[in-house]
Order: sequence, then C-alpha cells, then structure tokens
Amino acid sequence: MTWEIAGIWAGALLTLCLYSFLYRDNPFYKFAEHLFVGMSAGYWVIYTVENVLKPNWWQMMFPADGSFHWVWIVPGIFALFMLARIVPKVSGLSRMALAMIVGTGSGLAMVSSFQTDALAQVEGTIVSLSAGSAFTIFSNLVLVVGVVTGLVYFFFSKAHTGVTGGAANVGITILMVAFGASFGYTVMARISLLIGQAQFLLFDWLPTIPRLLGMHG
Amino acid sequence: MARLMQRIGNLDRRVIFVLIALSVFLPLSFRIVFPNPVGAEPSRQLYDYVEALPAGSTVLLSFDYDPSTMPELQPMAYAVCQHLFRRDIRIVAMALWPQGASLGQEVLSEVADSLGGEQYVDWCNLGYKTGGGVMIVRLGSSIQAVFPADKDNRPWAEIPMLRDISSLTDFALVISLSAGDPGVPAWVMMAGDRFGVPIGGGCTAVSAPQFYPYLGTGQMVGMMGGLKGAADYESLVREGTEGAPQGQAIEGMAPQSVAHLVIMLLIVVGNISYFAQKRKGGAR
Amino acid sequence: MRLVIPLSITLITGLIMILNYFVPHEPFRFLGDNLQEWYMIVASAAIFLGTINLVQVHVRKIRLKLTNWRYSPVTLVGLVIMLVTGLIYGVVEGAPFDFLFQSMVVPMGATMFSLLAFFVASAAFRAFRASNWRATLLLTSAFLVMLGQVPIGSMLWDKIPLAKVWLMAIPNTAGQRAVMIGAAMGVVATSLRMIFGIERSYLGGSD
Repeated sequence: MTWEIAGIWAGALLTLCLYSFLYRDNPFYKFAEHLFVGMSAGYWVIYTVENVLKPNWWQMMFPADGSFHWVWIVPGIFALFMLARIVPKVSGLSRMALAMIVGTGSGLAMVSSFQTDALAQVEGTIVSLSAGSAFTIFSNLVLVVGVVTGLVYFFFSKAHTGVTGGAANVGITILMVAFGASFGYTVMARISLLIGQAQFLLFDWLPTIPRLLGMHG
Repeated sequence: MARLMQRIGNLDRRVIFVLIALSVFLPLSFRIVFPNPVGAEPSRQLYDYVEALPAGSTVLLSFDYDPSTMPELQPMAYAVCQHLFRRDIRIVAMALWPQGASLGQEVLSEVADSLGGEQYVDWCNLGYKTGGGVMIVRLGSSIQAVFPADKDNRPWAEIPMLRDISSLTDFALVISLSAGDPGVPAWVMMAGDRFGVPIGGGCTAVSAPQFYPYLGTGQMVGMMGGLKGAADYESLVREGTEGAPQGQAIEGMAPQSVAHLVIMLLIVVGNISYFAQKRKGGAR
Repeated sequence: MRLVIPLSITLITGLIMILNYFVPHEPFRFLGDNLQEWYMIVASAAIFLGTINLVQVHVRKIRLKLTNWRYSPVTLVGLVIMLVTGLIYGVVEGAPFDFLFQSMVVPMGATMFSLLAFFVASAAFRAFRASNWRATLLLTSAFLVMLGQVPIGSMLWDKIPLAKVWLMAIPNTAGQRAVMIGAAMGVVATSLRMIFGIERSYLGGSD
C-alpha cells in the first residue's frame, strides 16, 4: 500500500459516499459533504495566506533588507475593518472596507464593461448586408435583426404593442434559439462532469483492487 | 395505453439516474472510442493561433477553475500545455481561483516531465492572487508588483524565464481556462480590450454560448468550449504529433454521445406522455 | 452622517479607477496602481471572514445540538487538518497539504457537481415540455446543439455539425449579444449609482 494508492482509495470512497445521495440522503453523504466544506475552507485560507498576504503584504511591509514600509499598514487596517463585521459593537467599521471594495470594483466595471460588452459588441454587429454570398448576407441579416430585436425585447419603458411589439416578438424568438443552445451546452457540461468521475473510478481506482489483492495474494 | 403513459409520466427519478449512469459507465467500461472530426470550431481557431506563434514566445496560462469543473477543463489544460511545449513556447502559469494554482501545478509538472520541460526555464507557476479584474489591470503595468514571488515563494529575480517579462504586453497570448467569474470576461475586458493582448479561452460548456459574441468581434482569438472543445484540441495536437497519447476528452466523447441520445429520448418520451395525458385531460 | 465616510471612500476609489482608465499618467497611474494592490489585501480578508463565520456556525450547532450537529465536528476537523498541514509543510507540490487536496478535495469537489448530470436528466424529462411553438423552437435548437457537439451527430448526418456551428455563430451570438449589451448598460447604471452614493444597499441596514 503506497501513499498514491491510499490517496486514490480515499478519493474513491468519498466519491461513492457522495453518489449515495442519488438513492437518498444518508449519513455517508452528510459526512463527505461536511468534510468537503471544511477542507475547502482550509485550502482557501492557506492559499490566501501563502500566495497573497505573505508576498503582497507582509513581505512588502517588512522586506528582506530589514526596513519597514509603514504605508502598507493602511491596507492592513482596512482588512481588519473587514473582519470587524464579526464583532457586533464595531461591525460598522466594516462599511469602510466594503466601500473600498465596491468603489474600486464599480469604477473599473463601469468603463470596462461598457467598452467590452457594449461598444465592441455594437461595432461587431455593424456588418455588411450586401457583400458576399447569399448565405453570408442572410446570416448577417439574422445577426443584425437578432441583436436589434433582442434589445427591443428588453426595452420595457415602452409597451410591446404595434411595431415595437412585432420587433419584440422577433427578438424573443431569436432569444429562444440562443437559450436552446445554452440548454444543450448545459446538458453537455453536466454529463462531462459525470464522465470525468466515471473515468477516475474505472481507470484509476478499480485497477488498484487487483494490485492490492496481488500484494496480499 | 393511457395507463402506460401515466406510469411513464410518474417514472421514479432513480430509474432515470440508472439510465444516465449506464449510458456513461458502459461505453467507458468497453473502451468505446468514436472518431472525433474537428470542423470549423473555435477550438481550431485557437489551435491555429498557437500554431502560428513564433518559437520562444511566452504565453500566460491562467487556471481559473476548481475541482468542480476539472473534468472539462483539466483535459484542455493538458492538451494546451502539450501543444505549447511542443512548439517551444514558454508558459507562465497563474490562477484567479485558489484551487487553480494546485490543479495547474499538477498539469504543468506532469506534461513538462513527459516532454523535457524545465521549471523556471520553460515554465513557472506564479500561483494565486485575489482581486480578479482589478488584479489583472495591475498586471498590465507590472507583473512583478502583483507576483513578487512564485507559488512556492521563489523570488521573481531568481526565475530566469521572467527576465524579459515586465507586463501583460510582453506575452504573445493569454489563455484563460475558466469556470466562471473571475475568468474569461475579466481577461477580455482588462487584458484584451485595455492592453491589446490577444486572449484565448477554454471554458465550461455552460458558459461557452455566452462567449461567442467575443469570438465574433475578434476580442478572443479562439475558444475551447466544454469537453468537446477539449477533445477537438486533443485531436488537433495528436494530428500534429506522432505517438501522442489519446487524451481523456476524446475517450469521453463516446459516453457523451450515448448520454445525449438518452436524454433526448427521455425528453421525447416525457413529451409524448405529457401530450397523451393532456388529450385525456389528466396531464400534470 | 455615519455613512459619510464610507460613501466618500466609494466615491474616491471609484473616481480613481475611472480616471486611471482615461488618464494612465501621473498622478492617476500612481493612485490606481496602489489602489489595485491594496484591493488584493482587503479582498483577502473576506476569506477569513467567511471561515470565521463557518466556525461560528458549526460551534453554535454543536453547543445547541441543532439538526445534524454530529457532522459539524467533521467540518471543523477538516478545516483544522488543512490549516495545520498547510502552515507547517507549506503548499509545495507533494507536501501533505497538496496530497490531501489532490486525493480528497479534488474528487469530492468533482463529484459534488457531477451529481447535477443526474438531476438535469430528471428535470429535463419532467419539465421540458414543447407546450408552444417557441418552446418547440428552443427544444429543436437544444437537440441540434446536443447532436452537433458529439461525434454521433456527424455519424448520423455530416451536415449536423455545420448547422450547429452556424447556429452558435449567428442566432446564438445575436441573442447573447443582446443580453450582453443590455447587461452592460445595467452595470454602468448600477456602478454610477454606487459611486455617487445613490445605491447604498451594500453598506447594510441601520445599526
């Protein structure tokens, strides 16, 4: 029995514990679920300490040359403010840390989102409706009409009647096609996850059984 | 007939679970492998872009996923790393998700060992950082400011392959293997549109449809979508190399096919049962 | 009055990020660079907050013997084991921390989400009804994608993968693009509201 085989067996047994939920909820599933939550949380904390706080804060505040860069106390204080949320008497301090996070994120998201998801997409929709083969012209027409009518569908400030209603109807039809494609891909994604675990059980775990029996046989 | 339709409509879900399990386990157990022709897919676009990169370039590979999506994204990681190493392209790895750092390390060390790649010369793993898009913007001005050391705390100055790297624009390509947020959209927004760095992606099948607009505008040079995308990339890498291993994703296409057919059949049967009962006035 | 300082922080940091985008020169580059580095530190604290909360919840469950309290020690033991091995042995490949992650956390994480494969099949059987022509169109689009994505599609008819490629590149792109543009407008509006202090829900209720 090597560490590798022990690891494979630990993973396989926990996998089977989780799959037992398909029959019904049971203590094996609950055990594995709770263990997963605890171990995942521990992993996040350690990587945050080792890969973020140590190199990007502590070693910046106290570099190898023995000096002290006091300015790094400021983000440290804000981080403590974030943790103040746990203590009811001083939980109001956490607002300042949240404000920093939200302000930074909003400022960045506003301009980046507008450039990437709005302007660039509008530019990409301005395509020729006369050049190319008949099929290309048809495809470009579907693209332009689809984007415009889809946007009309999401415009709720005007009632969807008359021309607006007609356009919105075309828009929702195109959206149904897009959502159908999303459903198809979603089904594929979920099955792929099962395939991955099936490969682990069949090709990594099961072959260890004859190896173990051979060792003891 | 009506009773049969009703029984089908009330089918115990555990029967469906067994059918799905059989549709996946049986093809794998019998090692059935279907040929995987690669059409004009976005995965081919990504492959062609990497194929055209000059030898000696450096690519940033970001492992932005966790174990829950590993079955789809890890095969992509293996295929991309094999392709990059074979093309003599250096890999700088990092992660926007903490588990990505470990998952990436596993892929890189295994592929590098099999192809003779040397850590810190041909590849390095800078590890994980918080911050998502905000952190990516900082990478645009200085990578060392964000990663003063690698995942194992080896200082930047002691990593030979990073001597020519100062910011994102020094990379020939950024590939994000992404399971959600932060991931591909953050890279496209912050690195692609802001700093003009070419962006390629690998993503779960759930999010693949949402990224097609980026492909249409050229904001992404290519994309592997789901296990099929991974299988396509594996097929293309194998085409270009003799003796390359089959790959997990190609093996997964047979059970994927059978499972899709089973689910389609279930939907059709469910609808038949529904309409039959509706005609009788007893549909749920 | 108690919100003046947080709202001011939101305004200042938001404006720094916006100005940094349009004016990538001093002093906004200096301010932006430092804010982005500090952001990583402060955001890291959220992980500790979540973990402390997790410990508090489970300790309370044990103390008050609430439902499933017998499993709470399992969570706490798992957390402690990862913390101890990580702090003592580090995160290098092959260390005990990495071994525990690769052999236990990875399979459990992958399995948790693979359960969805079964539930999506069950849900599709029970709920996916072609009750009107649009639902039928959605179903047809889904079937085309499901066949086009797998080798069996090209075995049945070699035009299926081509049809799928077209469907993804044109109608899907059109629909997703409409959603994307609309969402981007929403992000701009919400961000402006937050930066200018009109939207304050993230600061919590009164206390």
